[in-house]
Parts: sequence; structure tokens; C-alpha cells
Amino acid sequence: MDFAIICAGLLLFGLGMYVILDGFDLGVGILFPWAPTDDCRNVMMSSIAPVWDGNETWLIYGGGLLFAAFPFAYSIILSALYLPIMLLILALILRGVAFEFRLKAVKSRWLWDFSFTAGSILAAFSQGLILGATIHGIKVENLVFKGNFFDCITPFSLTSGMALVIGYGFLGATWLVMKTQGITREWAKHITKPLLFMVLLFLLLISINTPLEYPHIAKRWFSMPNFLYLCPVPLFVLILAYGVFWGLDKNKDAVPFRAAIGIFLLGLVGVVISIWPYMIMPNITIWEVSASVSSQKFVFWLLAFSLPIILGYTFFVYKIFRGKVTKEEAFY
Amino acid sequence: MILDLAILSRVQFAFTIGFHIIWPTLTIGLGLFLFILESLWLTKKDPIYKELYQFWVKIFALAFGMGVVTGIPLSYQFGTNFSGLSEIAGAVLGPLLSVEVMTAFFLEAAFIGVMVFGWNRVPPLVHYLATFFVMIGTHNSAFWIIAANSWMQTPQGVELVNGLFSVTSWFDVIFNPSFPYRLSHTLIASYLTASLVVLGISAGYLLKKKQLAFATKGFGIAFLFVAILAPLQIFVGDLHGLEVKEYQPVKVAAMEGLWETTQGAPLLLFAVPDVKEETNHYVLKVPYLTSFILTHDFKGEVQGLKDWPKDKRPPVTTVFYTFRVMVGLGFFFLLIVALGVVLRLRQKLFETRWFLRLCTLCVPLGFIATICGWIVAEVGRQPFVVYGFLETKDALSPVIPEAVLGSLIGFIVTYTLMFGAFLFYCFHFIKKGPSALVEQAKDVDETEWLHVATHTTHLTQDRKGEN
Repeated sequence: MDFAIICAGLLLFGLGMYVILDGFDLGVGILFPWAPTDDCRNVMMSSIAPVWDGNETWLIYGGGLLFAAFPFAYSIILSALYLPIMLLILALILRGVAFEFRLKAVKSRWLWDFSFTAGSILAAFSQGLILGATIHGIKVENLVFKGNFFDCITPFSLTSGMALVIGYGFLGATWLVMKTQGITREWAKHITKPLLFMVLLFLLLISINTPLEYPHIAKRWFSMPNFLYLCPVPLFVLILAYGVFWGLDKNKDAVPFRAAIGIFLLGLVGVVISIWPYMIMPNITIWEVSASVSSQKFVFWLLAFSLPIILGYTFFVYKIFRGKVTKEEAFY
Repeated sequence: MILDLAILSRVQFAFTIGFHIIWPTLTIGLGLFLFILESLWLTKKDPIYKELYQFWVKIFALAFGMGVVTGIPLSYQFGTNFSGLSEIAGAVLGPLLSVEVMTAFFLEAAFIGVMVFGWNRVPPLVHYLATFFVMIGTHNSAFWIIAANSWMQTPQGVELVNGLFSVTSWFDVIFNPSFPYRLSHTLIASYLTASLVVLGISAGYLLKKKQLAFATKGFGIAFLFVAILAPLQIFVGDLHGLEVKEYQPVKVAAMEGLWETTQGAPLLLFAVPDVKEETNHYVLKVPYLTSFILTHDFKGEVQGLKDWPKDKRPPVTTVFYTFRVMVGLGFFFLLIVALGVVLRLRQKLFETRWFLRLCTLCVPLGFIATICGWIVAEVGRQPFVVYGFLETKDALSPVIPEAVLGSLIGFIVTYTLMFGAFLFYCFHFIKKGPSALVEQAKDVDETEWLHVATHTTHLTQDRKGEN
């Protein structure tokens, strides 16, 4: 068995979980200031209050797994992306404390509203920077980062930063359609469509720009027979986009959220197709940055036992807090 | 200005972890306290326990949230600031931290929501289980992170292959020599700190003659815990000291401020260590006591700092003073216990005002003792990051010092604001008291039907979805 591939798969799984779960609650934070009333904001916050801790834990899962299974990648990527990672961490702190303090605040509520939104936007934006910089590539010699502090800031990474802010906003809007009632739901439905158009626009922009700028990625997508295998990816995106519209029109409140998850996962698949089997672009593969086989084996067995249990109780907790949020709960 | 990458990276890690440790210290102890309270509530059905639970779970949740957000920087700083350590010791530390994530963080994060928001959503037994899981999660977390830390203090179970650590025995890695002592010392510190917090805040209510039933119960339970834990902690600390003497003698020399290897070493109650002259000034000492504590023999030999070259000694002054603060506080807690027991025997424990005032002062002291203890352990390990194997200066990331200065300032500003806000809201919450909570809970109970109504709507919608 090739444990490097298995560990990379488990890492990707965690990344997917993180992008979806923390994606929607970051999205709620991004949309926060535009909500029609303060009551809406209370409802929005309560819809994610019981679960955001768990959602954010997937980021620590990713960090821990990268450290354990690919320590060289962990060292190189985190040194190279010092700026966006520190921004991400500070942003997550800002918005995390807003959950704790906002409902206890009276006069200073504006401060926590601001820290919640600013933190959510900055966190999404720095994740986009990290994504963009990962696709762009990192200058490495002998498995040590040799580039500059600002290497991670490129037009491409700035674009993907903005794309992720909009993307999470879209995901958050569909979450709110599913979880809320009354004017909050109406408002969320109202903004979902324009957000979706912007997401599709960004996806198109990135899909055109990436192959033009990075010939090795173009080769991956547009050579035969790859092209035939890969052309369903954008096609599925369009089908899911239609699903969002359909759900909104037919008042099937859970459908847009599920379709949005699908769009995000396809985006992730697209990224993986573009960079696999490299972990650090343009030329360091997952095997070059792997830990010893014994460490990866350890990680594999650990996850084989614990991951199903974690998924089981995470599902259980989501079930406890299922359904629409009531106004009363908004005061907790 | 010339910035030193090693100093900046260490200061940033020390600042972020020193701030972080406040929260788990509180939540490990309070988690156990809440579990005990809910057990009592379910068996005895006395509503006072539920009231205590609902009050303390709010403080717990607040501290827990702070712990979560301040924990994230730590799991990433191994890469952003100490990538040398991550590469060389990744095979050991990575898996240990992963076990922590998988057995602790997810468990806590999933069930904290049920603990705080779930009273009206789940049956009592499920809520009780949620409390139990969160308590287990906090302990798992302590177990694995202390295994990793202790391995860095007393590494074993590994071999160096091409300059990288490779594990030969996971059992030896986890159960390394300092692990059992550090784990028990840390857990007891958490229980003691949380008990002192409950004791002090309950004492505050007793002083103001508010919430009397609530405060008396809380004060009584907390005092019982302090009375058991304070002496126990001194005993375990002593055992831990013997272990350090065995495996990290230079750390003990710094703790004791001992420069020359001495038979019959004195205990310095106070001194000003002079690193340049390698001596101490303004010494106040008890003869032979250090030798007696460490070797159980008044004439026993204790190694002095001069046995090691200057660049292999830890920063003596820091270790020396923080050790004295920690031990001093430990004995102060013992004094509190002694006074309390005397008052209890005279049936005056709950109304002696000067004693209650003394107890309110104890609220921050457990945290200070814990942080000082960690400074002794971590600064005392310097110049090594993995003791005897890897020096901190060789473990740094290839980043520019200006970047670390920038992020350090970011952390200082954010954490200062956070801490201020935490204290502000906590004081506010404590001032309002548990009775405000009871009112709130009543309101929610009356609107219980709304939850039912919502649930029904939800089901109808599901059914619509199926059609």
C-alpha cells in the first residue's frame, strides 16, 4: 500500500470538510452587515453558534495531518506562506471571540459585529491567498523555502482571495435559506442568485486564466484523452448551478445548500486535478515531502479508527440542531 | 535596530502559548467540576446543582472559546516559526499532535454546543453524556500534548536517521521519564486553579450576602477540592523535582540558583542571581535544605551550573524567580487550607470576612502559579528545544525577523483586547449573578412549545421535499 497517497487522500478529505463546514459559517459572517435587521443578525449568529467550534477543528485536523504525514511540506509551505497564514489565524481569532462576546455586549455590540465580519472576510481572503499561492508555486531548494516574504502575493492569488470571499458568501446564503425563516430567509433567497452568478464568473475567470498562465496545468487539462475525462467537471458545475435555482424557485430550502456544497467540491476536484501529484508546485511531489512510512502508517491507523467515530458524532450533533432556528434561540 | 529571529520566534511562541494555557487550565478543571455537578443533579435532584451548573457552564463556554481560538496559532507555529523542529522531530510530534486532534479537539468541539445550547433540545441523559465527553476531551488533550512536551524534555524511544528522528518505540516515546510527573502536576494544577476560581467567586457572593444558597454550596465544594489538592500538588511537585534532577540536572541548578557543585546545598529563599559573575547577591538561605529535598540527605551532592559550559545553561534569572513564585504560591494555598480547616472546625468558614476576602484574592493566583511552572519547565530546557539533541537556534524557520515582529505585534494587540473583553464580560456576568440566569431559563421553558412547533414545520418541509 502506498501510504503517501492514502494520507494525501485523508488530507484532501479534511480540506473538503473544512471548506464546506467552515465555509458556510465564514459565509454567514461575510454576509452579516448586509442583513436587513438586527433580529436577522441574531438569528444568523445562532444558526452557527453551536457548530462553528467543530467546523474550525477541521483546520486543525489539516494542520496536524500535514505535520504528521508530510512534515517537509508543512515546514516549507508554512514558512513560505507566513503572511497569509498569520492573517488567517488572527482573523479566525477576531471572529471566534465575536461569538463569545457579542451576545453579552450591550453598548459595544458594534465592535463585535465588526470583528465578526472583518474576521470572516479576512479569513476567507487569506485562505484564497493560500490557495492561489499554492497553485502558483513556491521557490524551494533542498526542501527549504528560498523565496521572499511577499512571493505569495500575486494578481492570481489576490483574485482567488476575492473569489473565496464571494464563494463563502454564496455558501453562507444557501445555509441561511435552509436554516432560517421569515425575512432572514427571504433576504437570503434574494441574494443567493447574484452571488451564484459572481461565483460562476470567478470560476470562469480562474479556469481561463490558470491554463494561460501555467502551461503545465494547461497540458494536464487539454491534452487527449484527459480532456474527455475532465470535461464533465465544468458540466456538473452548471447542472448544480441549475439545482440552486430550482431549489429557490420550488421552495425546497435544503436543495440550494446541497448544490452549493457540490459546486465547492467540484472546485476542489479541479484544483487537485491541476496539481496532483505535486504537493508544492511546480515540482515537489507528495512522496518527496513524506514522513517515514512508519509515521504515515501510524497516521493511517489512527484515522481509520477515529475518523468514523468523529463523523458519527458530528452527524449526531448536527441532527440535534437540525431544523430552522427559532427567534428564542437567538437570544442565547 | 537588529532583530534576532531566535529571540522573536521564542517570544512569540512563549506569548501565544502562555496566553493559551490560561484557558485549558481553567476548562480542564471546570469541565470536571461541571461533570460532578451534573452527576449530583441527576442523582440528588437538588435544583441547586443545576443552578450551579448553568452558571459555571457559561464561564466554561467563554473560556473554552478563548482556548479554541488561541490554540490554532500554536498548531501552525511549528511550521511558520520552527520548521527546523518540524522537519527533524516531525515523525514524533506530528503523530502525537494528530492523536490529540482526533481524540480530543473534535470531541470537545462537537459536544460543547450540546452542553451550552442543548438543555432544551436533548434528554437529560444525552446532555449528561455531552458533559462527560467534553470532560474526557479536555483530559485527552492534556494527555497527548503533555506526552509531546515531555518527550521534548526527556526524549527516548527514537533514533536519529540522517539527522531526523525516527520512532523505535511509541510506548517509550509516550511514557518517557518526565511524562507521568508532568501530566499529574499539570492536571492537579488545573483542578486546583479552577477550584480557586470557584472558591474566590463564591466568596465574593458570600461577602456581599448575595445568592447565599448558591454561593455556600459552591464555596463548600471548592474548599473541599482545594483542601485535598493543595497538599497533593506540593507532594507531586516534589516528586517531579526529583525526576528533573535525574534527567535535567542543569535545570535544577538554575531553579535553585546553585553555581558550584555543593554537598549540603542550601535552599535560597531569596537571591539576585548574577549571570556575569556567576554568583548570587542578597542571599537569604536555609542551610542544607536543597540537598535534603533533592537527595533526602543533608550532605547530599547537588550539581552546580558551572559544571556546564556557559552556552549550555538556561537563562538562570528567569528560571530562578519563576520557580520561587510557583513554589511560594503553592505554600500560600496550603496556608489557605490550614486557615480554612481551623475556621471550619469552629463552624465559621462561611462568615469570616477576612478569610473570604483572602479567598477572592486567590482567583488569579492559580493561573500565575501554572504559568510560572511552565516558564520554569520551558525556559529551563533552553538552549535546547529537544533536550540534549536539538538547540532552539537550529530549529527556526527561514523567515525574515521583521515578519515575526509584525505577527508578534498582531498577537499582542489582539490578545490584549480579547483579555480585556473577557474580564469585562466575566465581571459583568458575575455581578448579575446566577439569579439572572434562572429568570432567563424560565422564559425559555415557557416558549418550549415554539421548539415543538418549529420541529413540526421542519418535518412537514421534509415530507414536502420527499414528494
